[in-house]
Amino acid sequence: MYSQGLRDSQAGDDLPELLEAFQKRIDAEEKIEPRDWMPSAYRKTLIRQISQHAHSEIVGQLPEANWVSRAPTLKRKLILLAKIQDEAGHGLYLYSAAETLGESRHKMFEDLLSGKAKYSSIFNYPTLNWADAGAVGWLVDGAAIMNQVALCRTSYGPYSRAMVRICKEESFHQRQGYAIMLKMAKGSSEQKAMAQDALNRTWGPSLMMFGPSDKDSTHSNQSMKWKIKRFSNDDLRQKFIDATVPQAEYLGLTIPDKNLKYNDKTGHYDFSEIIWDELFDVIKGNGPCNQQRMDARNKAYNDGAWVREAAAVYAKKLNNKKEVA
Amino acid sequence: MSALYNYVLNLADNTLILGQRLSEWCGVGPFLEEDLALTNTSLDIIGQAKMLLELASEIKGDDETADDLAFMRDQHLFKNVLLVEQPNGDYAQTMLRQYMIDVYHVYLYEELSNSSHEKLAAIAEKSLKEVTYHKQRSELWIKRMALGTQESHKRMQNAMNHLWHYHHELFESNDEIDELVQQGIAANPEELHKKWDVEVKDLITQTPLEIPTTGWKATGGRVGHHSEYLGKMLCEMQFLQRAYPGCEW
Repeated sequence: MYSQGLRDSQAGDDLPELLEAFQKRIDAEEKIEPRDWMPSAYRKTLIRQISQHAHSEIVGQLPEANWVSRAPTLKRKLILLAKIQDEAGHGLYLYSAAETLGESRHKMFEDLLSGKAKYSSIFNYPTLNWADAGAVGWLVDGAAIMNQVALCRTSYGPYSRAMVRICKEESFHQRQGYAIMLKMAKGSSEQKAMAQDALNRTWGPSLMMFGPSDKDSTHSNQSMKWKIKRFSNDDLRQKFIDATVPQAEYLGLTIPDKNLKYNDKTGHYDFSEIIWDELFDVIKGNGPCNQQRMDARNKAYNDGAWVREAAAVYAKKLNNKKEVA
Repeated sequence: MSALYNYVLNLADNTLILGQRLSEWCGVGPFLEEDLALTNTSLDIIGQAKMLLELASEIKGDDETADDLAFMRDQHLFKNVLLVEQPNGDYAQTMLRQYMIDVYHVYLYEELSNSSHEKLAAIAEKSLKEVTYHKQRSELWIKRMALGTQESHKRMQNAMNHLWHYHHELFESNDEIDELVQQGIAANPEELHKKWDVEVKDLITQTPLEIPTTGWKATGGRVGHHSEYLGKMLCEMQFLQRAYPGCEW
């Protein structure tokens, strides 16, 4: 932790003039940098959001890693491994971005492992057939990109810069996912059935990735004002649906929503009300894989404890030697 | 099948099976940087497998592709050494297995970079850059674990007791290989073994690790006599191609 001397209002001195000056900088589209003054709530919101985002990358490795050992060709195995490695790399950039706000990676990790910190609920669903590896890239990364492209312009500098790099990689991920779906949807009847099954299971949870409806979103208004968020949950969700429906049509797959219909008046697709109870239930910990994912993360962390300790002790021994020399 | 095909297939299978084993660590490494590094190693090694299997397929000259060789062969047709199919165990076992292979790969690819077989030489040249880095990393881990804490030393010694018996197989020769060496195509296994021995033992003398002096020596991979682990691993790896043959993925 290097929180000492952080230039914000942790002592409760959110002076109106400081707040006003801060808002002016935001309104002028200036990036806020780690050493700048910022309201404590701005810092807190960012730590929460960026660490959740980092945790999502790390937990998100697991459902895809589920298919690495069974990827059907050498090429697919290589692509999937490279993609998951990218996601771990995103986790690393994001933890680093959050560290610039004074939170240590160790603390963030502990919050994840204890269940205190959240991650995207989408990763609490299982990947049951090979087309899920495609659907995750196409829909989950597709939905993530909608959010993340907007975040490239977020007001906090380190987060915004991490996002630029992340988005470049994510767009490859989405394309590789769609490429898998294309092969499956145009393949044998069994492959097509797998593709449809993966779409059926992934569609609803993907729409939930944009978060609660604007009217129920607890964090949205202030985040919009501070330009941490640039678009509302519902706007991004609509944008995602509008972009994705034609892609599903091209695949010859059916989106599992009987109310999905293009609306000439609005120029957007209408869709069914999302089952919000499901989202809130999964966030609470009651999704099909919540326990499994947390167990896997905890096991990896605990099993790795002696490795981390050995590395630390060895590094210390080397340093001592250098000092003696 | 030709001597060259058998030779290349042994190299290919060593990398394919090792890469598959390493990929099991994806997402569950001891910390984030290691997770990335190990997945990267796995990527490099499966990439080598892909190139070598494509070469094997080309030498074979029928319609069997690199993917067919990877996903449609039964275990008795795999030619990898038993070392690479051993389960990952703990991180000490994974890293010792890696170090043993990395040192072998560095000397092997150094030699093969000068092979009279142009394509094999090109694959070796590219791979040499990768395995040189892998070796730097695994060597450091052997030191960290052997000289780190009591527990890490104990685990590394256990790994040594278990895995040491598997290294001889990397350097086995036969009439086919002898002939390929004569033709300037293959690397001389005896020479590789000497270099490997010097380097590995030099590292071990810098640590409190002890080399087991007696025991069984693994053999059989080249003639398809594997450990029980390979069959189960292939069941998983080959599942989709076996369950839905003839599909495009």
